[in-house]
Amino acid sequence: MQGHSHYVPKTGIGKWFDARLPLPRLVYDSFIAYPVPKNLNYFWTFGGILSVMLVAQIITGVVLAMHYTAHVDLAFNSIEKIMRDVNYGWMIRYLHANGASMFFVAVYVHMLRGLYYGSYKAPREILWILGVIIYLLMMATAFMGYVLPWGQMSLWGAVVITNLFSAIPVVGPTIVEFLWGGYSVDNPTLNRFFSLHYLLPFMIAGVVALHVWALHVTGQNNPTGVEVKDIKKDTVPFTPYATIKDAFGIICFFILFAWFAFFQPNYLGHAVNYVPGDPLVTPAHIVPEWYFLPFYAILRAITFDINLIVFVIPSKLGGVLAMFAAIAVLAFLPWLDTSKVKSTAYRPLHKQFFWAFVVVCVMLGWLGSKPAEYPYTVLSLIFTGLYFAYFLLVLPLLGLFETPKALPASIADAVLEQERKKGGAPVTAGANAAPQTKG
Amino acid sequence: MASVQHAEGDRRDFLFLATGAAAAVGGAAVVWPFISQLAPDAATVAAGAPVELDLSSIAAGAQIKILWRGKPYFVRNRTEAEIKAAQDVDISTLRDPETDAHRVKEGHAKWLITAANCTHLGCVPLGNQGDYGGWFCPCHGSHFDTSGRIRKGPAPKNLPVPQYTFVSETRIRITGAAAA
Repeated sequence: MQGHSHYVPKTGIGKWFDARLPLPRLVYDSFIAYPVPKNLNYFWTFGGILSVMLVAQIITGVVLAMHYTAHVDLAFNSIEKIMRDVNYGWMIRYLHANGASMFFVAVYVHMLRGLYYGSYKAPREILWILGVIIYLLMMATAFMGYVLPWGQMSLWGAVVITNLFSAIPVVGPTIVEFLWGGYSVDNPTLNRFFSLHYLLPFMIAGVVALHVWALHVTGQNNPTGVEVKDIKKDTVPFTPYATIKDAFGIICFFILFAWFAFFQPNYLGHAVNYVPGDPLVTPAHIVPEWYFLPFYAILRAITFDINLIVFVIPSKLGGVLAMFAAIAVLAFLPWLDTSKVKSTAYRPLHKQFFWAFVVVCVMLGWLGSKPAEYPYTVLSLIFTGLYFAYFLLVLPLLGLFETPKALPASIADAVLEQERKKGGAPVTAGANAAPQTKG
Repeated sequence: MASVQHAEGDRRDFLFLATGAAAAVGGAAVVWPFISQLAPDAATVAAGAPVELDLSSIAAGAQIKILWRGKPYFVRNRTEAEIKAAQDVDISTLRDPETDAHRVKEGHAKWLITAANCTHLGCVPLGNQGDYGGWFCPCHGSHFDTSGRIRKGPAPKNLPVPQYTFVSETRIRITGAAAA
């Protein structure tokens, strides 16, 4: 998709600079002249939204770190000091805390868009896997960030999650001691989590750079899933078309973000985290933040030992494996989906399974927020099964049995066809748009 | 400059191997301190020395929680009924089979001392609750009996009994975490 560079420096200084460090050329080729499919819908603005959210989180986070104290005796009070004493501290903290939630809102939309339009399929497998890595890093960052205020949910969330690693046979308990830096979640744990919470966003930024690089090599997918065939007919330049569309999406997203940060700043949090962490008292009901709930439900769904005849997986290890597998399975998606057609718009059966999968994820999220008792435990197991069935049964088999709809010959044809359906004047360029079934 | 070929390797081969070996060994030697620093430090280890506890103020049927090495422990003065309930269990029905006698000190059957972190994911279970009258973990729903044994729910093991000794009738000394 990336053709030859058409960047021509306009000034003498521009020429001089370009010959020494072609940075303006890179920006011009990547964000100005870069061709984007002309039929992208608003779901394609979430990449831009996520980039802006990453920057917003880093800026608010760096400022918060100027006022925060990473010590078990001082952390909770330093957060209260930020909320009460630091000028606009309340605002910056609420932006950071709700920003994390908004980040996940955007990433889930972004991921589901990829799932719906088959954006993970060849030639975008690496692009997709880099996205899965970013998602993993985001989860680690968000988890460690939630520990920093050292409230009850911070402490006990850290206890539950670090104890996941004790399920690893033989070396588990030693790994957990090395994670803790002691015999329990304590001051050394808080210190290292703070250090890593500061580091990981910059690692995310690094992988995002690779993600964008991979994107600019293959070019964007689009709602038809048909690759760009003619740059002139099928694409528009990134600037102004995508820049303005992204900017509009970002502003709309910021309205939602601002509404949470200013009007419902604690809606997505837990009241019990305003109680200082106490290692002697477990909160009545430990739940992670909303964005982890589906995986939490999967973790708790395995309440029985799994007998594999050769060896037995204890229930605890089984739950941990299921939870990590639920994330790892995403990385194999490009090879699990056997359909040649990318876009679900042309896959009538997958459209139904896709929305069923969305319902399964929402149900798992709801179950993750419920106490671990009947009937939620049984339902968690059923929906965990359905979650994996989507990836391991539905996607591999559907490609073999489904009859896709006829694909448009090109992106331009699809756009013109849509115009015609809307009742616009017939356009001559679309006259030869013969449907074809080739993927 | 004329170069001489030696069948058994020349100066460059030697430098190549020596540099490679120094990089590999040096790399490993540098990595180790960076992993080792993650382990509990000397002060943390020192603060984990054995502690003594006076039991005389714990009434029958009551339990206390103490904090040692940053982790809570249950010390429970069990009633006759609780002891009997714990002893009457057919251990072949248990997930982690252990007799009650094995979990207390001989002649001190009323004192049950266990780690207070659920063996599932480390929450502190609530005393005198659950289907077996021992503990119930509110996090993920594990039920423990009056001997601290897992009876129902996701926890794989009984609440571990730490290493301790009776220094007198009403005084114990906790010396070590439970042998896993």
